Amino acid sequence: MAPIVEIRNVSKEYRLGRAFQRTENLREFLSRKIKSPLGGGTQNGTGPAKDERFWALRDVSFDVAEGDTVGLIGRNGAGKSTLLKVISRITDPTEGFVKLRGRMASLLEVGTGFHPELTGRENIYLNGAILGMRKTEIVSKFDEIVAFAEVEKFLDTPVKHYSSGMYVRLAFAVAAHLNPEILIVDEVLAVGDVAFQKKCLGKMNEVSRGGRTVIFVSHNMAAIENLCKRGIVLERGQVAFEGTSKDAIHRYLNNLSGAQDALGHVIDLSGATDRRSLTAKLLRRMEFFTDGDRPMTEGLQIGARLKIRVHFDLPTPTTSFNLGLGFNNIFGQRIFTAHSQFEPNRSNREHVGAQVFVCDIPSLTFMPGEYMLRLWLDIGNTEADLINDAARISVIESDYYGTGKVPWNGTFVLKHNWYEERAADAK
Amino acid sequence: MSSFELTIRPRKGWQPVDWKEIFLYRELLAFLMWRDVKIRYRQTLLGGLWAVLQPLIAMLIFTFVFNRMAGVKSDGPPYPLFAFAGLAPWTFFSTAVSQSSNSLVTNQQLVAKVYFPRVFIPVGAVGALLLDLLFSLGLLGVLMIYYRWPINSHIVLLPIFILGAILSAAGVGLALSALNVSFRDVKYAVPFLIQMGIFLTPVIYPLRYIPEKWQMLLGLNPMTGVVLGFRYALLGTPASWSVMGVSLTVSVFLFIFGLLIFRRMERVFADII
Repeated sequence: MAPIVEIRNVSKEYRLGRAFQRTENLREFLSRKIKSPLGGGTQNGTGPAKDERFWALRDVSFDVAEGDTVGLIGRNGAGKSTLLKVISRITDPTEGFVKLRGRMASLLEVGTGFHPELTGRENIYLNGAILGMRKTEIVSKFDEIVAFAEVEKFLDTPVKHYSSGMYVRLAFAVAAHLNPEILIVDEVLAVGDVAFQKKCLGKMNEVSRGGRTVIFVSHNMAAIENLCKRGIVLERGQVAFEGTSKDAIHRYLNNLSGAQDALGHVIDLSGATDRRSLTAKLLRRMEFFTDGDRPMTEGLQIGARLKIRVHFDLPTPTTSFNLGLGFNNIFGQRIFTAHSQFEPNRSNREHVGAQVFVCDIPSLTFMPGEYMLRLWLDIGNTEADLINDAARISVIESDYYGTGKVPWNGTFVLKHNWYEERAADAK
Repeated sequence: MSSFELTIRPRKGWQPVDWKEIFLYRELLAFLMWRDVKIRYRQTLLGGLWAVLQPLIAMLIFTFVFNRMAGVKSDGPPYPLFAFAGLAPWTFFSTAVSQSSNSLVTNQQLVAKVYFPRVFIPVGAVGALLLDLLFSLGLLGVLMIYYRWPINSHIVLLPIFILGAILSAAGVGLALSALNVSFRDVKYAVPFLIQMGIFLTPVIYPLRYIPEKWQMLLGLNPMTGVVLGFRYALLGTPASWSVMGVSLTVSVFLFIFGLLIFRRMERVFADII
């Protein structure tokens, strides 16, 4: 039987020059065309190349059989979202083709098309229609959607007065009641409260058990493992691995830190792209170690030690300088900031030249997932050098509590105890 | 597995309009229009009154400035009626063009995150204004009673001219909304063009003020035929079928042209919006 989704040699090229067109006005466009009528090319000798090309997807091919649930995993920028956009017809591939043999609905964002001025009731109809539902379909599922979202009382309130939790619940409830043959879902479970996330996972489970074909992107490995039979790892726009979801996750996590550079635990910062340097590139290198001072070459287990050595230069003698390390989750939210000014035993000695400072976190208790590091150096009161996404750390599951039970949600784990008191003593 | 099959491949150049798909998604077009109607006058004091207030105030000012001060005469009916019958379709056209030319940009979240026939966005913006047009036609009826101006049998032809207004507004809106994705200049050019456009359309003055040899040229403006047609159908002013014929033909071609431009540029919307 022919696969329900057939992806053949799909490539997608973005011209980075297009990003300029976004803000380019007609006059600039015309003057560019006049200067170089044959299009594209660099604006002049000194300016940045305007027509830099970038392949977001390169020769991607795979099949999805009817009733299959496939998890797409990969780092940010590996091409997952671009692939979903191609499959859901939002953008054309540059090469290759996708064949769909069933009705497809895609959910790349929760609440697409929600209008803040419309009431909950009105938004259910509008959003349902935008996602491809027939009016009769929405009418017949209306009560179910409202019950799922738990917003009965606010149905006739404009959604701009909703709390963000209610908004997300309503939006997801509509999407969860879509009934296509092929469902495409981007990282949408990352929003909302934990209880509701679990409810959504349950609903999605129902959907996939119902024989629906699902293509699912998530950074939540537990969700992928839970929902998907198959897993596909994308790396730099190419299919790097295809197999069971368990194997795919394994492969992905193992490659995460190793892919950073040849040495694995050492990151040379000279090539960092997202950087703001006041005068010179002072931050030079980072090295990562874990328990027992072993180089950290793969994912860090929950609760393991994280030791980061930072090599940097101080061009002039100074007593007042500090290093900061910010840990952001994949949604760009700051989870934790480590800063050398928090160190009580800091010396006030004058420093100059090459320096090595170590940040030692005895136990990093973040939940499994990927975290991006921002590294910066302050000299005096000014930010002398700052690097966004200087490194990526992936935290992987471990038996942190020593019970064999793996924590399943939240942002971090904390040591805590449960004990019993005599019921009679309590009032 | 259904018999449904779809192949997504790179597209280049001119694209045909997929009428089958448009038919499949027709309910969404209705929903988008309904949304625009619902939200247009939310959080305003006067609400739907705005639909009739604009042409009404313009009528009063035009009557004062052009009729009383400059001595412009209508070709039959009282000048306020004459002006209002032109202003009703003109207000529809100008609002529709400005709303639909901005529609892709204001709906960029939809363009970037979900698929449906993109033509619905500018066309829906035009369609949502039909209700306003209906309101102002109602007001025209009231004015006709006030001025004791009789209704006449030409009114059966009104739908043709309404269609002409829709096609013109949608044609311009489709082309401009597509251009607006790449060139935000459109946002600044449109209000200016609309301001000028009223003088190139016989809204304030009757067609006979234009020398005969230039009348056909004015007919190339599709709204000329619409305005003349509205007056002919509603007020019974003399028809100039040759000019109106040219205008209506232009509006049909304008619509086709807008659709083609839109379809051609459509494939890159999500990448550059």
